Amino acid sequence: MSDPKIDGFELKPGFRGMASDTGSDQTMFKGVHWGKAMMWIFLLSDTFVFSCFLISYMKGRGSTPAEWPNPSEVFALDAFGVPVPLLLIALMTFVLITSSGTMALAVKYGYEKNRKMCGWLVLATAVGGLTFVGMQAYEWSKLIHEGVRPWGNPFGAAQFGSFFFMITGFHGFHVSIGVIFLFIYAYKVFAGHYENGGKRGWFTTMKGDYVEIEILGLYWHFVDLVWVFIFAFFYLW
Amino acid sequence: MDNTDQISEKDKKNEASTHKIGIYLWIWGLLFVLSFFSYMVDWYQFQGMLRWSLILFFMFAKAGLIMAFFMHLFWERYALVNVLLWPMTAIACFIFLMAAEFQYTLFTRMFYFFVGGAA
Repeated sequence: MSDPKIDGFELKPGFRGMASDTGSDQTMFKGVHWGKAMMWIFLLSDTFVFSCFLISYMKGRGSTPAEWPNPSEVFALDAFGVPVPLLLIALMTFVLITSSGTMALAVKYGYEKNRKMCGWLVLATAVGGLTFVGMQAYEWSKLIHEGVRPWGNPFGAAQFGSFFFMITGFHGFHVSIGVIFLFIYAYKVFAGHYENGGKRGWFTTMKGDYVEIEILGLYWHFVDLVWVFIFAFFYLW
Repeated sequence: MDNTDQISEKDKKNEASTHKIGIYLWIWGLLFVLSFFSYMVDWYQFQGMLRWSLILFFMFAKAGLIMAFFMHLFWERYALVNVLLWPMTAIACFIFLMAAEFQYTLFTRMFYFFVGGAA
């Protein structure tokens, strides 16, 4: 979604373009809004944080001689009296991917200056995120009732609880922050802060623009991306 | 080369050019399908290498689709894409280091639990 229009600079494609962009004695990320570049760098650092958690989980799980609790039994949920493995986790995945899709469409409609459609889609994303956090709260309280603690649990290796609460908790915290910002930005879109040249934002003299919705979208897709890895490594392993 | 120049010329004229809705709906649908399949891996209780290869395949497919199309990396210039993707190799190295480490830790634990340290 770059809009590379640099006067007096010829944009080359591919790796040749990367070399000339980097060595141009100008801005390196041609046509990328500074906020977007900053969000990407934040997300890269966040990737390292989540990677450290998941790698320490791998190390902890791999190095214990005690038997690890079976995730498809621990996270099973009774549906009409029948235990279905990972039912709640599957629903949470479904909700998060749905909200990721509405966010992608919100970015598209934002760039098309379709204020109403963009606002409703951001709001739908926020509601999806809120549903996800609610389901996670239910999952946590269910496991706590069953006796799972950071220092031990009735199913197997004692490390299970600390990794579970740390990793899903940190992810859930990201989702919660995202939901707060999604509600704020849904308001800002509906209130027309990005229309007619844009309205001044908080603590800044800069005018708002629909690129902010794309930046918010990057964060939200990242939250979905992390869940893909958590789903694979924590629930399916 | 000429072809890309023409495209960028077109982009310059049409400032509000966005991607067609079809691409987003396709990716959205694919993400649901891939998630369903990765859930099926657990449902049918595949084990061993089959389970691992399927889990990793669906995981990387989903992650790739989200990053390439929802996060627009497919359309970004290489200067940004490479800044983001190359640091991931450091994470891959870290994973290999820690995988070697946990096998060693497990080995020493088993050794001292069953053989003992004083012997």
